[in-house]
Amino acid sequence: MSDVVIQVENLGKRYRIGEREPYLALRDVLTRAISAPFRLFRSPKLSPPHGDASHFWALKDVSFEVRQGEVIGIIGRNGAGKSTLLKILARVAKPTRGFARIRGRLGSLLDVGTGFHPELTGRENTYLNGAILGMGKGEIARKFDEIVAFAEIGKFIDTPVKHYSSGMYVRLAFSVAAHLEPEILLVDEVLAVGDVMFQKKCLGRMGDVAKHGRTVLFVSHSMAAVSLLCKSAIVLDHGCVKMIGPSQQAIEEYLVGAMDRHTTLYNMVGVPRVVPGLSMQVEFLTLELEGFPMKLVPADADLCLRMTVRGNRAVGNFRFFLTVYSLDGTPVGSCAGAQTHSIQEGEIASYQLQLANPLLAPGRYRFGLGVGTGNEREGFRHFDVAEDVLHFEILPAPGRDGTISEWERSWGTIRFREPVTTKCN
Amino acid sequence: MSTKLGVVPLADLPVIDIVPPRGWWEVNFAELWQFRELAYFFVWRDIKIRYKQTVIGAAWAVLQPLTTMVVFSLFFGRLAKIPSEGLPYPIFYFSALLPWMYFAGAVQNATNSIVDQQHVITKVYFPRLLLPISAVVSGLLDFAIGFVVFLIMMPFYHTSPSRAILLLPVFLVLAVATALSVGLWLSALNAVYRDVRYIVPFLIQVWMFVSPVVYPAALVPARWRWLYGLNPMAGVIEGFRWALTGIGTPPSLLLAVSAGAVVVVLMGGLAFFRRMEGTVADVV
Repeated sequence: MSDVVIQVENLGKRYRIGEREPYLALRDVLTRAISAPFRLFRSPKLSPPHGDASHFWALKDVSFEVRQGEVIGIIGRNGAGKSTLLKILARVAKPTRGFARIRGRLGSLLDVGTGFHPELTGRENTYLNGAILGMGKGEIARKFDEIVAFAEIGKFIDTPVKHYSSGMYVRLAFSVAAHLEPEILLVDEVLAVGDVMFQKKCLGRMGDVAKHGRTVLFVSHSMAAVSLLCKSAIVLDHGCVKMIGPSQQAIEEYLVGAMDRHTTLYNMVGVPRVVPGLSMQVEFLTLELEGFPMKLVPADADLCLRMTVRGNRAVGNFRFFLTVYSLDGTPVGSCAGAQTHSIQEGEIASYQLQLANPLLAPGRYRFGLGVGTGNEREGFRHFDVAEDVLHFEILPAPGRDGTISEWERSWGTIRFREPVTTKCN
Repeated sequence: MSTKLGVVPLADLPVIDIVPPRGWWEVNFAELWQFRELAYFFVWRDIKIRYKQTVIGAAWAVLQPLTTMVVFSLFFGRLAKIPSEGLPYPIFYFSALLPWMYFAGAVQNATNSIVDQQHVITKVYFPRLLLPISAVVSGLLDFAIGFVVFLIMMPFYHTSPSRAILLLPVFLVLAVATALSVGLWLSALNAVYRDVRYIVPFLIQVWMFVSPVVYPAALVPARWRWLYGLNPMAGVIEGFRWALTGIGTPPSLLLAVSAGAVVVVLMGGLAFFRRMEGTVADVV
C-alpha cells in the first residue's frame, strides 16, 4: 500500500466573474423580475450570451500526489490558483470538477486569528480559535501554557484582545495555529506576519512540524522560505500545474516564468486585487512601463511609468507610491510621490511617473503600485494597490573595456555608484 | 512534545473525499456529532459576547420581557380589553412572551449567523449547519432566565404551575425546531441576498400578530383553527400558556398541525441550506 496522503485528480474550479457586485440584493432580483416578468421563466440558455465570458477557471485539471511527511511548496504568480487549490483542499470551497482524497486529520491555516473576537480575552480567544482550527477542549487546555509562552503575551492573556497591539494580536493568533498538530497542514502565506524575530521563530516551528513526520502544503511568495522549508514544490500557472519537482528547480522555473514579457501595458480592469479592504475611490485602469518594448532596461536608465486611473469618487488630493520587488518577492525599495493630484468623479486621467535611475543590479524585477492619500500623522489610506505588475529586466552594465560585467546574486540588488577612492597621505 | 506520526498506520487515518457538490439532500449527521465540541464553543461565544456588549449584561434578559409584558398588559389588556381566558394579564402575556421572544431572537441571530461569520467560513471547514444551530441554542439561556422570572412572578398573581408543566419540554422543543427551520431558510437566503436581514425585523413583527401573543387563539373561529395552526408558533404559544398555567384545554389540534408544518419547513430548510452551503464560500 502506498503512502500517498493527498491525492488530487483533475481538480477544477470555475468562478463566475463579470458581476461587479460581490453579492446580490433580493431587492435587485425582485425589481428585475417586475421589470421583465417573463425573463425569469425563460430557460437560461435563451438568456443573452453571457456564456463563457462570465466564467473563468481558477484551477484546471490539477493532478498531483503528496506522500506522508513531505513538505511541499506551492508557488506561482498572483491569480495562478494557489489559494483556490488550498481552499478546495481545506474544504472551504467546493471543486467544480475532479476529485481529491485526503488521508488524516487536516488543519488549515489560511489565515491567522480566524474567529478572534475583539471583546473576548486572550484566553477566551485561544480556546475559541483552537476549537475552530480543530482542536479539542482538552487538547487546548493541555497546550495552553505553551501557547501563551510561545506568543510572549504573559499577563495580558486575560485582557480583551481589542486592547492588544497588532503585534501581540498576531503573535497570539499564530501561536494558537502553530500548536495545531494535525497530520496534514495547509499553510497560506501566514508567515508574512509579525516582526522579524517572531517570523524566524515561526519558520523554526514549521521546520519542527515537518520533522515530526507531518505533511505540509505551503503556499508562499517568499522563495527564501520555500527553498528553506520545502524539498519539492509545485509551480502553478494560470490554474494549471506547470511543473512539480525539487524546490530549487521549481523556483528557477517560476522565476523565469514569472517574468511576463508579453506586454508592457497592464490592464487592471477586473483584475482581483491582492490587498484586502481597498476603498477604490481612485482605481487603476492601465499601467505601462514606457520606452522599453522588450522590457529590457539598460543599466542606469530612468524608469518611466504611465498610469491611467478613474476617479470613482471625487478626491481632493492623492498621491502615487511604489515598491520595487526583485522577482523572488524581496522588496528592494519604495518611494511616494507628492500628494498633489485631484480627480473628479467619473474622470479618467493619465499620469506619468519618472523614477530616476534606481541603481538596480542586473536581474528581474517587478512593481507594486499604489494610489492613496494621507501622511505619517493621520495614517495612510490606500485607494488601490496593484501588486505584481510591470515586470522588467535590468541589463548588465557594460564594463570599462566594453565587455559585459557579471553580477552575482549574492552581491545584492543595488549596484552602488562607483566609489571614489583616494589615497590618504 | 508531539508523538511521532509514522507510528500511525496509514490505513487507520480518516479519509476525506473532496468531490463537486451533488444531490440536494445530504445531511451528514455523524459529522455534526463529531463537531459537537465546536458547536459548544460557538454557543459559549455567542453568550459571552452578548452579555459583554450590553452595558447591563444579563439584566437585559429580564428587563426585555418584563417591560414588554407591562406595556402589553396596559395597552392590549387594560385599555383594549382583549380577553385573556381568565388569566391575569401579566401572566397571560408573559407566558406567551417567553416562547415568542426566544423565537424572535433566535431567528434574528440565526439569520445573521452565516454572514457574520464569513471570515471564518472562508478560512476553515466545519459543517456550516453548526452556525444556525448554535445561534438557536444560545438563545435558550435568555429563555431560562425569563422562565425563572416567570416562576417567581406566579405567586404574586395567585397562580401556580399545574402538572401540565411537565409537557413544557415538548413545546420548547417545538419552539426550537421552529426557530431552527425558519433560521435555516433565512440564513441561507441572507448569505445570497444580503438585504434579507433588513426584512427580517418586519417579518417577525407581522408574525407576532398572526400568532396568539397579544390575544388568545380562541379568538380565531374554530373552523379556521387548523389553518391558523399552519403557523407553528400558534401551537407553540398556546401550548406554553396551557402548560404554564394549566388553565384551558390542551391545544391538541393546533399542536398537531403546527408540528406537521414544522417538519415540512425544517426539511425544506435543511435542503435549501445544503444547496447554499456549496457555494457560500464563493459568495460571501
